[in-house]
Amino acid sequence: MDADVIIIGAGVVGAALAYGVAKTGRTVVVLDGGDRDLRAARANFGLVWVQGKGSDAPAYSLLTRQSSDLWPEFRNELANRSPLALDYSRPGGLAFCLSETEYENRAAINERTHNQGAEADTAMVDRAELERMLPALTLGPDVVGASYCKLDGHVNPLQLLASLHHAIPSMGGKIMFRNPVEKIVPVAGGFNVIAAQGTLQAPRVIVAAGLATPTLTEPLGLSVPLRSERGQILVTERLAPILPFPGSGLRQSADGTIMIGATNENVADIGVTVSSATQLALRAMRIVPALGSARLVRQWAGMRVLPLDKTPIYAESLDYPGLFAAACHSGVTLAAAHAAMIAPAMASGHLPDQFAPFSNGRFNVQKCA
Amino acid sequence: MFRSVLEGPTAQADMTVLVNGAETPAWDGETVAGVLLRVPGAGRTSAVTGEPRLPYCQMGVCFDCLAIVDGVASTQGCLVPVKPGMRIESQQGAREIGR
Repeated sequence: MDADVIIIGAGVVGAALAYGVAKTGRTVVVLDGGDRDLRAARANFGLVWVQGKGSDAPAYSLLTRQSSDLWPEFRNELANRSPLALDYSRPGGLAFCLSETEYENRAAINERTHNQGAEADTAMVDRAELERMLPALTLGPDVVGASYCKLDGHVNPLQLLASLHHAIPSMGGKIMFRNPVEKIVPVAGGFNVIAAQGTLQAPRVIVAAGLATPTLTEPLGLSVPLRSERGQILVTERLAPILPFPGSGLRQSADGTIMIGATNENVADIGVTVSSATQLALRAMRIVPALGSARLVRQWAGMRVLPLDKTPIYAESLDYPGLFAAACHSGVTLAAAHAAMIAPAMASGHLPDQFAPFSNGRFNVQKCA
Repeated sequence: MFRSVLEGPTAQADMTVLVNGAETPAWDGETVAGVLLRVPGAGRTSAVTGEPRLPYCQMGVCFDCLAIVDGVASTQGCLVPVKPGMRIESQQGAREIGR
């Protein structure tokens, strides 16, 4: 055997799981894909976001809150294991509402989440309150208010990925870049993972390969139903601090750049378009008109990894125990939970009942009925 | 400081520009970055590190000549020819956008 655990995918999900596995003292090898793979972890907006998440899925909502609470310690521990900068803060977050309808819809989402038992950590703030919270800017006339969740925060997602990639080898793990996996073959006592740079063997394999996950797991009967969605993001030059709170679709990074996102498009390529740039910029200017004079320095697109019901999938193969899959949209928000909760469970070979709502069995209507 | 190769010992300046409020002679064909190099203390500070910076590449690549030109911040001085009466101000740190 080459390791206790092989993880396929060194994006933010695979890397956080590998970090968590390494913390348990087990040996882990992470196999990353090719340079031209979709790589959602490198296109991310960087929110560590609670509000609105899992408004129709209590288990997802709870896991999100748990991860959000684990994040400060996760961040500090990771920062101690790596010399790289890791900008993270948790001042609470805003979802701006640009009409009475948006304000009412947002209030309804919060109420639905709270009715499911989540703590009342999200509140609607009206325009006057919002103006007090944002003294360095003038809000556009359309801003009615916002919903504010005190648990929300943000992180530089590229620094997060780099820090994980630095920490894993320092804890005895190994990452093999540009090593796309062709297939997983069950053998006595584990699995052979056949990859570009050779075949590796381990008793446990976790597939966290984003949108490529099903192509690796489904030949072995482990179904991971995903769809994708393109998101485009704009980023401005560095500006003096004006936005002390991250917002959905608008956040100022610790560097000063303002990120504006993101579109939801049912498109298969990762190109960027003028129409999306226009749409994103117009909405940002309706919130903060002065942004109209800021220079844009980049526009990019990524593909969201979306389980069909948007709730994460943490699944173990029934036919081949030891084969796991992890796929979710919120790889950054859930990174702390992945490292502290999911990784130790998968590494020990068993997902406890608390994670049953995330099993892939939920998609199998016949089996449920 | 640097001296313009366009500036002969006797050549009359073609125009006057304002650099941080001070009237400064300038010659046709000069760029804002060229003028900034001649004026002591007219550099900027980096938005990343806060370190002092002067125009460097003169060809639109390094962004070390960013200045506020006629009120427009983050203007690449090396890409803008001077004009009579132009107001050039040093940009300190990250740009501030208006309210």
